[in-house]
Amino acid sequence: MQTLRRFNPDWLKSLLFGSRTRSGLVFVVLIYALLIAIGFVYLYPLLFMFVTSLKSPSDLLNPMVQWVPTEFYTGNYEKAYRVLNYPNTLMASILVSVVPSLIQTFVASLVGYGLARYRFWGRNIALLLILATFIIPPQNTVIPQMLTYKEQGLLGSPWALILPAMLAQGYKSAIFILIFYQSFLSLPKVLEEAARLDGASDLRIFLTIAIPSALPAFIVSFIFSVVWYWNETFLTSIFLEGGVTTLPMQLSRFVQAYENLYPPGTVNIFDRLNEAVKMSGTFLNIAPLLVMYFLLQRWFVESVERTGITGE
Amino acid sequence: MTILRRAISLRLREALHGYGFIALWIVGFSLFTLFPLIETFRYSLHQVTVTAEGIRLDFVQWANYTRALFTDPNFIELVIGYAIETLVSVPIVLIFSMIIALFLNLNFKFKGLFRTIFFLPVVITSGPVIRELTAQGATSAPGIANIPAVAEFIAQLPRTLRNPTEYLLTSFILILWFSGVQILIYLSSLQKVDKSIYEAAAIDGASAWEAYWKITLPSLSTANIVNAVYTVITLSHFSENKVIQYVYNQTYAVQGGIGYASAMAFLYFAVMTVLLGIVYLFLAQQAKRERN
Repeated sequence: MQTLRRFNPDWLKSLLFGSRTRSGLVFVVLIYALLIAIGFVYLYPLLFMFVTSLKSPSDLLNPMVQWVPTEFYTGNYEKAYRVLNYPNTLMASILVSVVPSLIQTFVASLVGYGLARYRFWGRNIALLLILATFIIPPQNTVIPQMLTYKEQGLLGSPWALILPAMLAQGYKSAIFILIFYQSFLSLPKVLEEAARLDGASDLRIFLTIAIPSALPAFIVSFIFSVVWYWNETFLTSIFLEGGVTTLPMQLSRFVQAYENLYPPGTVNIFDRLNEAVKMSGTFLNIAPLLVMYFLLQRWFVESVERTGITGE
Repeated sequence: MTILRRAISLRLREALHGYGFIALWIVGFSLFTLFPLIETFRYSLHQVTVTAEGIRLDFVQWANYTRALFTDPNFIELVIGYAIETLVSVPIVLIFSMIIALFLNLNFKFKGLFRTIFFLPVVITSGPVIRELTAQGATSAPGIANIPAVAEFIAQLPRTLRNPTEYLLTSFILILWFSGVQILIYLSSLQKVDKSIYEAAAIDGASAWEAYWKITLPSLSTANIVNAVYTVITLSHFSENKVIQYVYNQTYAVQGGIGYASAMAFLYFAVMTVLLGIVYLFLAQQAKRERN
């Protein structure tokens, strides 16, 4: 009798279904369950890739082994490392993504600043054309460039990617120009006007006042630029073919490279190319990006807020 | 008089400095976008042969275009497939990213972790990686595509429905993987909605359900358009896109050549623009109706 009286149904109700000020337990559990389920489906390809890459040849054949390999087998990684020619392609990928990104970020900031801070004839046309370059598919402009590079002997050299970046036409440059345009537009002008009254030149104002105050835009642009250059394979396969080989390029000819190293007729059955080796190669391909992402994830996931690119 | 002249010279100076800042872009745009675009169009009207001493152009009028449209058995089919896949994917991406953004807009622990998870694919998605994952069947909706009954059902469908359904099942996760940036865009629009509107609605007796349709959804209409356009463009530029691969292969093929590939590139661009237009007009219409 007494316990019943002490038991307050309202308290239980508010615990389970929430009240005006806090959400209920049922609701919270439901959200976590849904998010974990969706998150699992979402990450399924990655989990699959990672687990498969650790399977030994006998695990692969064993239908009982689904998610937990019977042993910690690194043989696939050793093979994939050799097939990808990892140290070389990794360096090439870093070179081909970092250098154009640095240049592209700086040039895009110049252009974005010019568009945001100065009034001149044709500004809106320029903005419109920048949007248009974002839409034009690369294959509509890539062939004449390729032929020109070929004439100049630049095909296969990193310059084929660096030159467009220097002229604000790098990979997805349009997005970066718009990011800088937005962030310079939202910065107060007061400091720059004060500096102008003190007789500072426009370039100096840009370098000493505008750049430091738009630092988030610079960081976000740079890291996205690196990621996109890294993952780009259409342009690299056309411009760098026969010269520099990046990691994704080597991954796309993985089978061929594997058979060069381990000729199919001569190796024993356990050294044939199987999906575990392929998945190891794929994982090695994205590993540097994963490291970068987990170190800098703040900058990635807050990019939209920090740069205000949606700009309603 | 002098004041007027001074005003003019000030404006001129400002303009000149502005041009100074964007000079690199002007040069770059002409050299790396405008000129190649015109040149590609010129190629598309010619039979292009690459010889040792340069390229030779033979004017063929619209032959490359008519060949792509009427003779080539693959191109049109690939383009139709691409259009259907895009129109199927865009709503899925939008709905999925909106749901996730609504979740992430709530207050709970480990929110940052989930946000990190849902943005991860943006960082690692590249053509070869996706190709390897798709080849292993890792991108299909887990389990569903392998159920015999489902396979049976798909086989029964007419061809026009079968291809999109198959695409949906085999690349379901892949489609979701294109939602990373869109989730962030929705999230930032959601955070801009004034909280007091919800409070006022709650006091007036509106349920959460009504508040969603009457307050949340209308305030996302700009984000809808931005996201839809972004989705169409990313899907259309993705290097694993079958049309792009076909055009790329034709560039180096003996039968095709640069002229033919250029013509197809322009046709593809036209189709993509039409798709963008459809998606944009549809959502703009929707936004207008919601506002009234």
